[in-house]
Amino acid sequence: MAESHGEAKGQAAGAHTEAEGGHHGGTFPPFDSSNYASQLVSLAIAFVALYLIVSRIALPRVGGTIDARQNKIEGDLAEAQKLKDESDAALKAYETELANARANAQAIGNETREKLNAASEVERKALEEKLAAKLADAEKQIATTRTNAMSNVRGIAADAAGAIVQQLAGVTPDANAVNSAVDASLKG
Amino acid sequence: MKIDPIHQFNIEPLFTLGHIGNHTIAFTNSSLYMFIAVLLIALLMLASGRDLVPGRLQSVAEISYEFVATTIRSTAGSEGMKFFPLIFSIFMFLCVSNLVGVIPYTFTISSHLIVTAALALLVFFTVLFYGLYKNGLKFFKIFVPSGVPIYILPLVMFIEVLSFFLRPVSHSVRLFANMLAGHIALKVFAGFVAMLGFSLGALGWVGGVLPLALTIALYALELLVAFLQAYVFAILTCIYLNDAIHPGH
Repeated sequence: MAESHGEAKGQAAGAHTEAEGGHHGGTFPPFDSSNYASQLVSLAIAFVALYLIVSRIALPRVGGTIDARQNKIEGDLAEAQKLKDESDAALKAYETELANARANAQAIGNETREKLNAASEVERKALEEKLAAKLADAEKQIATTRTNAMSNVRGIAADAAGAIVQQLAGVTPDANAVNSAVDASLKG
Repeated sequence: MKIDPIHQFNIEPLFTLGHIGNHTIAFTNSSLYMFIAVLLIALLMLASGRDLVPGRLQSVAEISYEFVATTIRSTAGSEGMKFFPLIFSIFMFLCVSNLVGVIPYTFTISSHLIVTAALALLVFFTVLFYGLYKNGLKFFKIFVPSGVPIYILPLVMFIEVLSFFLRPVSHSVRLFANMLAGHIALKVFAGFVAMLGFSLGALGWVGGVLPLALTIALYALELLVAFLQAYVFAILTCIYLNDAIHPGH
């Protein structure tokens, strides 16, 4: 079917009828010079058209897209690097700040501790002084009380001695003699 | 059932465009596939998005861009980027038309020597004229390799000149022959399947499994070759252009 179609076309083309059907023992189609001119003309038109399309429109277009992508990637990478640098700087600033704050806190703590220590020391001293005074007072009172008690003891002793003498001798002794006798025995 | 592996290479005029001298200029099936290739490349490169995160189509467009750009930079240096549009056009034109050509019932442009020869000559003359324009007479240093003893220099120069002028031949025939041979082999093996089936009946269809498996394997190979030959053509173009940019190695 295709062959007869080709032959019909060949007849339509006129002079090339034999050449078209030529493969039946005739010319091998690729070496049939009668259709060289047609092929060369078509090739020239097609290839020039292709060259113009490719060089004027297609390559700039695709190349532009690729370049734009390359630029975008490089821009994004630079942006990311910039952001990373910024965050690094922020981290460093934060750490410095944190160290400062820690040092400050330590200083304030030390200061407060020293102040409190000093205050408690002063209080302690005052308390001790007060206690010492109280102690001295108490000792003095004890001494007074003892002296009083001792003098009372002498009176009681003298009375007791007078009463004993009265009971034994039946006479009331002289108070002075009793007192001196009690004193003498208290001393002895 | 007759196998005709050559039929696929027929040029069939679709309508006549005009006459140059006594040549008829027709719009042929080859012309149609050339414009299909141009259209597909234009669609790929222009219809794909311009997003920051590319989709699939945009990825393909960008990968082809980067692929060709890397190839040029590694073979011809950054100065070779002057020829980026040319090499990109050649590579994409051949790659897309070869890949379209692997689809059954399509036509493969580069299975015609005249097409590959025209492209090879385009590269050849670009190298020649740009080399002379940029380096003047120093361009001829490419024929005089450095460090060659003086007594064999004439012989080496003869070989270098010969190989320089044979470049378009090897450049074009390599692509042409690869595409032609691959497509013939595919057609022959695929034809075996049908031939066995129609001539031997049920037994033939069972036996046809073998050539069918071979056809599938060959098809995969042809997909690779379609890309690879376009790449080889492009990288050779880069290497030749490198001579024009940096003569004298």
